[in-house]
Amino acid sequence: MSIVTMFEYDFMVNAFEAATIVAVAASLVGYFLVLRGQTFAGHALSHVGFAGATGAVLAGVSPLLGLLVATVLAGAGMGFLGERFQHRDVAIGIVLAMSLGCGLLFLHFFTAYATQATALLFGNVLGVDAPTVLALLALGILIIAALAFISRPLLFATLQPELAEAKGVSLRRLSMLFLVIVALATAASVQIVGILLVFTLMVAPAAAAQRVTIKLWPGLLLSVGLALVEAWLGLTLAYYTDWPTSFWITAIGAAIYMLALSISRQKHVSEYRHEHHHHDEDQVWRPAMTGSRKPKRLSARGEEITARARPISSSSHEH
Amino acid sequence: MEALAFSDVTLELGGRAILSRVSFAIEEGEFVGLLGPNGAGKTTLLRALLGLVPATTGNIRVFAGPPGAADASLGYMPQTRSSSVGSRLSGWDFVACAANGQRFGLPILDKALRFDVDRAIALVDAADLSRRPLIELSGGERQRLLLAQALLGKPRLLLLDEPLISLDLHHQKSIVSLVSELNRELKLTVLFSAHEINPLIGVIDRVLYLGNRQAAIGTADEVITSPVLSRLYGTEIDVVRVQGRVFVMAGAYEIERDEHRHDV
Repeated sequence: MSIVTMFEYDFMVNAFEAATIVAVAASLVGYFLVLRGQTFAGHALSHVGFAGATGAVLAGVSPLLGLLVATVLAGAGMGFLGERFQHRDVAIGIVLAMSLGCGLLFLHFFTAYATQATALLFGNVLGVDAPTVLALLALGILIIAALAFISRPLLFATLQPELAEAKGVSLRRLSMLFLVIVALATAASVQIVGILLVFTLMVAPAAAAQRVTIKLWPGLLLSVGLALVEAWLGLTLAYYTDWPTSFWITAIGAAIYMLALSISRQKHVSEYRHEHHHHDEDQVWRPAMTGSRKPKRLSARGEEITARARPISSSSHEH
Repeated sequence: MEALAFSDVTLELGGRAILSRVSFAIEEGEFVGLLGPNGAGKTTLLRALLGLVPATTGNIRVFAGPPGAADASLGYMPQTRSSSVGSRLSGWDFVACAANGQRFGLPILDKALRFDVDRAIALVDAADLSRRPLIELSGGERQRLLLAQALLGKPRLLLLDEPLISLDLHHQKSIVSLVSELNRELKLTVLFSAHEINPLIGVIDRVLYLGNRQAAIGTADEVITSPVLSRLYGTEIDVVRVQGRVFVMAGAYEIERDEHRHDV
């Protein structure tokens, strides 16, 4: 079996195209989502989408449409309610749970759709057909164009809300627009990894990228690159193992994030060591003259460095 | 020439008068400390200069024009909640986000704007900080970057809202001497709000003291006196001077200290 045979199947070609479009759009949106500390709000949006999609099936409408309408409305609503609500994890969590509950109820009334429910919850990228790829392409272009349009004031409002407001940026309007874009990206991601696993495409690559680079544009590009690796490698592994694609995508997402964590920790330690070495060069140098004390001091130093680096790196995984 | 002037100005917030028929003027190149108890209207006054709060009586002039018209010549450093403290973006990107950040489009800066960002960062001596992620900076280091943001676009007037809040003594000193340098070297007019006069003694030219909907302006020796402050606080105030430091007391309490503590 070679890579070439993989692409002899139409469904694999469709899957790769769909995953590529969604990975690019979701990872760009995700970069700002992580920067704004709204990842949980984004996670909740996809669950609202479940109620929308199942409700649409019950009403005899396309689930994608129901998903879009529900997530967009919820995104706009969340943006309207403002920053305070967006950081209220309990309130968001309750909305999230209730949405899943409603989705379950809708499925209960429409029992024939067990496979569709699984596809909605965990994704079914291998079942994506050519028209869906086209729909995703249109959606992807819309998402990226809209994000590009608001990205400058969005960055300003994210990093410096007080000054942005004084310069005439409407924080609420921007927040609503952004969450609507998140909602669109969520709806697109659901086609690939499903409602429960949107986090893996939208947040994992972006969070990993922000661990590795502190610069804006390299971060955005790396976020896209990592999402593509996640999607393409996930599909390839699924093809060869016959395990679910979504499993592979989530596993690779987690691996990428862990790798980024360890890179950022290492970088932090080496920068700190470099700086430290520079500052008290004498102190390091002098014990060295007396012989055996040097390695002892260095190892003590090394321990001190890791002890210092750890809380800084681990504390921020919450946002 | 006057940098800004209030004549007979009333400012209201939610129907409540914050300042009532206040007049004063600040000359170009002056370094003025803006003091007063919490809620006296320091932030409201600064926002009025930006054209964000309209005057209900009288008029406000900024560089001889109405507020809002001269926004390019104003550098504003708002009081910040710690919203972006957790960001992993670099200090440089943080400063740069304010460069024409209100315009729609991609956050790409042209050469002139990038140069301006570098210039502002150099002015506050923060080249090292600009290469580190925000999350690793201390409060004092972050204030430096905020100050750099206020210097973008080469303003002639700096409006600084509580830049010393929650800083330790050492960082307070370094921010004050930095602003004082900018004031002297770039001939910037500075309006610097603070809870406490002491960090500003010896560097400011005059004090603008707000309280009880009124304002008093003059040198620290003229304004920080028992009669003037008693009028502004609406209660008996004693002013005690010890070795160049000033203590403002109401009965047994040291007012400015306590005000400061509330916010920390």
